Amino acid sequence: MKSAIIVGVMAAVSALLRFLPFVVFRKRTPPYIAYLGRVLPPAIIGMLVVYCLKDVTLTAAPYGLPELIACLTVAAVQLWRRSSLWSILAGTAVYLVLVNAVF
Amino acid sequence: MTKQTIRAAFITSVPVLAGYIVLGIGFGILLRGAGYGVGWAAAMSALIYGGSMQYVGVGLLASGASIITTALTSFMVNARHLFYSISMIGVYKGAGRAKPYMIFALTDETYSLLCDGKVPEGADPTMYRFFVSLFNQCYWIVGGVLGNLLGAVLPSTAGVEFSMTALFVAAFTEQWRTSRDHLPALTGAGCTLLCLLLFGPENFLIPAMALITVVLTLLRGREEATA
Repeated sequence: MKSAIIVGVMAAVSALLRFLPFVVFRKRTPPYIAYLGRVLPPAIIGMLVVYCLKDVTLTAAPYGLPELIACLTVAAVQLWRRSSLWSILAGTAVYLVLVNAVF
Repeated sequence: MTKQTIRAAFITSVPVLAGYIVLGIGFGILLRGAGYGVGWAAAMSALIYGGSMQYVGVGLLASGASIITTALTSFMVNARHLFYSISMIGVYKGAGRAKPYMIFALTDETYSLLCDGKVPEGADPTMYRFFVSLFNQCYWIVGGVLGNLLGAVLPSTAGVEFSMTALFVAAFTEQWRTSRDHLPALTGAGCTLLCLLLFGPENFLIPAMALITVVLTLLRGREEATA
């Protein structure tokens, strides 16, 4: 039941964000909103990177090394191929090998 | 005309096909790992329909997050959709009965395919955009369901959760590469890290979102001064 509510809230908020501008900003977008529209997305991506790594332990073996190596792989492949599909696949593959076979 | 339009929409959607199937599989496996079956995977992909949101949603479900945390997190993770919608108000004008679905289905990828407002020659604009949106969501649902089924038979899925980290690191790298102003990205990561250290891994998300909004608002003066 609680899970259904969580899914429902996520669906409702997501839909609200998509529909709101069509109802509210039909004529003009306030400058502050337009500013947030430019700066918020990259900031939230930064937040989510940290969120994903929140449970990594740096004080005990393997000291976050698998995560560090895999993240660097993602960034390197992304800069090289400019395709998030390849960078995600490569990074996840590297991570799988590291946690299952190396560390 | 109809057949030609659907054909054109399918061709446009092909680049998203592989991406959505793979990312959908990642989501499906994670969701199964958290103990939710194929019905949940299909329902989430049909009703929420957002990659980042559903990956984060697995974490919210697994931790039994409160309604407030869920609503605020959904708001921040999906806030960018406000701006996709703002820029599509003109393009979607006059879309008629198909419009509500097209607005609902405006994901990052669908937006990137349709935002230039161009339509292939001979295709009906509204029907073309409707079918691009629909095809993309079909790929996403199929991926999520496949991944969920796959997660049930794989002997071990330890490490697959990294696909979520990889998704955001890839997005971070890409926007870093294409943007000249790195301050917003650094603000997001820095504020979150600070709040993680201050509040611990269970309660840092809401303070982080508040701090990011405050800092970005304060930084606005800087931008106007240099502009």
